[in-house]
Amino acid sequence: MKYAYYPGCSLSSTGIEYDMSTREIAKVLGIELWEIPEWNCCGASSAHLTDHLLALALPARNLAIAEEAGLDVAIPCAACYARSKATEVAVNESEEMKKTIQEVIERKYEGKSKARALLEIIGESVQGDHIKERIHILLTGLKAACYYGCLLVRPASTAFDDPEDPQSMDQLLHLFGAETVDWSYKTECCGASHETSAKPEIGISILQKIFIAAQNAGANCLVTACPLCMNNLDMRQIEVEKYFSTKYNLPVFYFTELVGLALGIEPSKLGLNKHFVDAMPLVQEVLNRKGGEQA
Amino acid sequence: MKRVGVFVCHCGTNISGTVDCAQVAEAAKDFPNVEYSIDYKYMCSEPGQEMIKKAIEEHKLNRIVVASCSPRMHEPTFQNCVERAGLNPYYVEMANIREHCSWVHPNEKEGATEKAIDLVRMAVAKAVRNQPLQKTTIPVTDRALVIGGGIAGIQAALDLANAGHVVDIVEREPSIGGKMAQIDKTFPTLDCSACILTPKMVDAAAHPNINLLTYSEIEKVDGFVGNFDVTIRQKARSIKMDVCTGCGICMEKCPVKVDSEFELGLAKRRAIYTPFPQAIPNKPVIDREHCTYFLRGKCGICSKLCPAGAVDYTQQDELLTRRYGAIIVATGFELFDYSVYGEYGYGKYPDVITGLQFERLINASGPTMGKLQRPSDKKEPKNIVIINCVGSRDEAKGKSYCSRTCCMYSAKHASLIRDKIKDSNVYVFYMDMRTPGKGYEEFYDRSREQYGTQYIRGRVSKIYPLNDKLIVRGEDTLLSQPVEVEADLVILATAMVAQPDADKLAQKIGIGYDKDNFYTEAHPKLAPVETHTQGVYLAGACQGPKDIPDSVAQASAAAAKACGLLSKPEILTEPIVTEVDEKTCAGCGTCLLICPYKAIDLKTLTERIAGEIVERKVATVNEGLCQGCGACTVACRSGSIYLKHYTDEQILAEVNALCL
Amino acid sequence: MSSVELTSLKAKHDAEIQKLTEQSGVDASKCYQCGKCSAGCPVAFAMDYPPRAIIRFLQLGLLDQALRSKTIWLCAGCHTCSVRCPKEVDIATVMETLRILAKKKGYIGDKNIDLFHNAFLKSVERNGRVYEAGLVLTRNLFGRQFFRDTGHGLPMVQKGKISMLPHSIKDNGEVKKIFENVRKRGGNV
Ligand SMILES: Cc1cc2nc3c(=O)[nH]c(=O)nc-3n(C[C@H](O)[C@H](O)[C@H](O)COP(=O)(O)OP(=O)(O)OC[C@H]3O[C@@H](n4cnc5c(N)ncnc54)[C@H](O)[C@@H]3O)c2cc1C
Ligand code: SF4
Ligand code: SF4
Ligand code: SF4
Ligand code: SF4
Repeated sequence: MKYAYYPGCSLSSTGIEYDMSTREIAKVLGIELWEIPEWNCCGASSAHLTDHLLALALPARNLAIAEEAGLDVAIPCAACYARSKATEVAVNESEEMKKTIQEVIERKYEGKSKARALLEIIGESVQGDHIKERIHILLTGLKAACYYGCLLVRPASTAFDDPEDPQSMDQLLHLFGAETVDWSYKTECCGASHETSAKPEIGISILQKIFIAAQNAGANCLVTACPLCMNNLDMRQIEVEKYFSTKYNLPVFYFTELVGLALGIEPSKLGLNKHFVDAMPLVQEVLNRKGGEQA
Repeated sequence: MKRVGVFVCHCGTNISGTVDCAQVAEAAKDFPNVEYSIDYKYMCSEPGQEMIKKAIEEHKLNRIVVASCSPRMHEPTFQNCVERAGLNPYYVEMANIREHCSWVHPNEKEGATEKAIDLVRMAVAKAVRNQPLQKTTIPVTDRALVIGGGIAGIQAALDLANAGHVVDIVEREPSIGGKMAQIDKTFPTLDCSACILTPKMVDAAAHPNINLLTYSEIEKVDGFVGNFDVTIRQKARSIKMDVCTGCGICMEKCPVKVDSEFELGLAKRRAIYTPFPQAIPNKPVIDREHCTYFLRGKCGICSKLCPAGAVDYTQQDELLTRRYGAIIVATGFELFDYSVYGEYGYGKYPDVITGLQFERLINASGPTMGKLQRPSDKKEPKNIVIINCVGSRDEAKGKSYCSRTCCMYSAKHASLIRDKIKDSNVYVFYMDMRTPGKGYEEFYDRSREQYGTQYIRGRVSKIYPLNDKLIVRGEDTLLSQPVEVEADLVILATAMVAQPDADKLAQKIGIGYDKDNFYTEAHPKLAPVETHTQGVYLAGACQGPKDIPDSVAQASAAAAKACGLLSKPEILTEPIVTEVDEKTCAGCGTCLLICPYKAIDLKTLTERIAGEIVERKVATVNEGLCQGCGACTVACRSGSIYLKHYTDEQILAEVNALCL
Repeated sequence: MSSVELTSLKAKHDAEIQKLTEQSGVDASKCYQCGKCSAGCPVAFAMDYPPRAIIRFLQLGLLDQALRSKTIWLCAGCHTCSVRCPKEVDIATVMETLRILAKKKGYIGDKNIDLFHNAFLKSVERNGRVYEAGLVLTRNLFGRQFFRDTGHGLPMVQKGKISMLPHSIKDNGEVKKIFENVRKRGGNV
């Protein structure tokens, strides 16, 4: 399978390990990723609060380039995915909007190139028996709280998974031998948009609830599909711990990192050493268990 | 000579508020054949009808046009009126200038008046061509069928039986009683449900005029008003009903345990069982899907133990066909499946239960002997949340309608909990409190004032488990603040929905149902227990969410209607039926396929053509079955089947009056 | 507490609210004020009015109150409200639309948040992409919160997560053109 690849701004900076691990596992899974040349920022989190048309037009340019190449777009970041999907839907829903957007971006975009979430694409690519041969390490011992975040499976009308209790990430991780916990914060917002903007104090109490819920459910790590969630859950965890004088010690992974680990890719190539909450001890535990549990 | 009189009604201001009635009456004077025309405030009233009668005499009128409301409303009124004046009732033609005109064009007075004039012009053209029609009679079988043995069905059957008519109740469960048998106490008086229901169940079983056909379902309904031929499937009970004494020994020793439907999964029953101890008939059935004998050919314990030798594994389903004069449908409701709500845990949290499950938990004869304990750990709950409107008033995930009973039963649940567990806290999340019944508002008042229930106006957004509690998040919209309750138990007042197979039964009987599969009454105000199919009546929650008082009232009303029908040896039938022109009918049978009431058949004609005897097939209409819908008339390619009172000539005359 | 004079306000704002309905595609009259949106909103605790009340303002024609609320600025755009609303009112989109309108009218409910978004979009316009280090700096300088993020900033740089240099794309000015074209069409960017 070949996709146009839209890493988005975060993946070239704060979310670099998401980018690294995505490219690595794509190689192993036989997914060809063609990075959209000279892609632009989709305007996520700011444009749609400033101007409706701008919010639709910025992602449209990237989609247009992909459409020219005849490809659907694989998007790792949930926020970029949500904005790009909104554009795709708007163009398909209204001829008038299609025309306006084309005029604004001065390019042709017919709504044929689809915005697709990386999680969905990876989930599809591991269906079938062939994947069994590729698994090097079973992720036994991982008790993951899958955190989908708020944007990945909303709005409900275009979502690829259930907006209240999504399962795709859980199923993906089960395939690689990890356990996932049943918890009720899968799609509760983490307040990331306040984190990056100017209201971190709002985020702290939202985050606290997520950590407690994951802990109560018996998780030993969190898994995300969004660089904004990651930033928030990983980087701010220590801050929240300090604020409430407690310890959660919950390493946070991108699902791509864990898939990569299971596929036998070296942890440093996946960026696993770049986390704020040290993920390596848990990773090492899984690797040590490997002897007995090699797939 | 056709002499038409036109009578334009104001309907108070319903019509005259928009349509200039005097102008309409004036304009009608110029229409062909119109001899007399007048407007009046209330045509349907006594003086209005007198006016028509007098005009018929004085002006020698022989065709009457009434321009007023829908014919569904008052056509029979005016037909009776002209009949009393000596005319054939079908000489009346109605122009609907209310529903079709004034009500839909309230802001266009001129246009509406013009339209009303056109409608009258059309009606006059048709009236001139109306033919006298005669009602015929058909015999009536004096026996009624009640489908569904809940409180509504039982009440209807008792009323009919007491009036001297023979009634069969067909109930698909092993016992009659319906949902009311599962309920603990009933609002607004808090009397025990069983205490008021079981005597009625016993009465029904003992009544010489009532036959109970439990564990039975409707297979097929043929025929028509007065003469329905109904095929009933009596499912194999595996018990000889005439031999079984109801001792219950079999049920004690059966090794199989499965979830009890009656206890809603809160307790087990055996494979040979009665749904509850007061079941009527109090004789068990074998659930063949779970019985070891039927699954593996071994066991047979119940048969060995039965002192009466009543167990019979070889029994087969039996089909029974009976003729009934009238049918009362009383199949009740089901509860909304709340597992569509991800935000309420998709039905996965054991301590989130439905209102009906609560009725079992608080019931002295229920699985916990009336001790209120939560399902997960059997602890007594201290903080209880009740959520109203779950699945009701929810276009996104549930039903758009209000279920009408849940505000009240939630108030009841709150009071019962507070009565039983004195140090408990009960929070009811509601959107609006709907307490319009007699004594209902006072009941709600008591649940607050006397029992101390906390009412919070807001819809719950999420329930999630935390340790051994359930956190319930809602907004107190009166405070404008999000609130949280740490609950031990959450009770959902789930919507009342139609039976899952309600549509299939409706199709068998030939009655209508709405978007939510509730059965539709013939008129929401004026014919609330009749259906569009003559001789079929509705009772209870199958027609829409209803509580017990309303179900019982409707059941008695349906019984009264059925009595009216059954107490006559024969009835008049509507002459607006189709007729076949045998000369041109090609016998192709298209009409047979199209007729929704199966009223058309083919018959063989024997004719002499050029000296030779030939046979040919033509269509023939059963006037008892034909409902005059006219579907066949448009399907017939040779135009050989026509609907009396709505012939092509008559309709075209209307079209011409409008367009030429 | 003063009472609100509904009649005149309703008349005054009818047209604007009508326009809002068209722009957002959301009909506020569908809302029956159940509060399910507000109860699920992750930011409601910090808002001055719950999201439900914002819809209420629109129903009554109290447009100004809605536009001057902090709520529309604090909304995180998570769509929790919209997916749970039993009347299928898309509250998140209403928030978005109100915020755009508020900005046009110069009602800035939260200076810092506004500053951030302005800086963000400026970066996009200038470079085609967001330059995160620059963003953090600009915001902190303007918001007078010098180095508020420095606690995380240094490790970020060390882990190779924030580059100190802006990266621009070679798009022949296409992105700048998009901004211009939007402005030409009356966009307030
Ligand atoms: C939790 C709860 C508490 C309630 N509390 C109260 C209260 O306190 N007071 C009050 O007034 N009301 C109360 N109600 C409402 C009450 O239950 C209904 O008003 C009443 O049960 C309606 O009676 P029914 O006979 O129409 O329907 P049901 O009770 O549903 O009876 C219908 C019967 O028809 C049978 N049936 C269905 N389909 C077929 C078929 N195809 N063929 C043959 N048989 C069929 C069913 O098996 C059933 O026996 C409560 C409801 C609930 C859910
Ligand atoms: S034969 Fe069936 S019903 Fe009878 S005791 Fe055995 S399992 Fe139970
Ligand atoms: S009766 Fe009350 S609880 Fe039931 S749907 Fe209507 S308003 Fe909601
Ligand atoms: S959830 Fe919907 S109906 Fe309820 S208050 Fe919010 S917008 Fe209104
Ligand atoms: S979209 Fe905004 S208003 Fe709606 S729940 Fe999320 S933060 Fe609250």
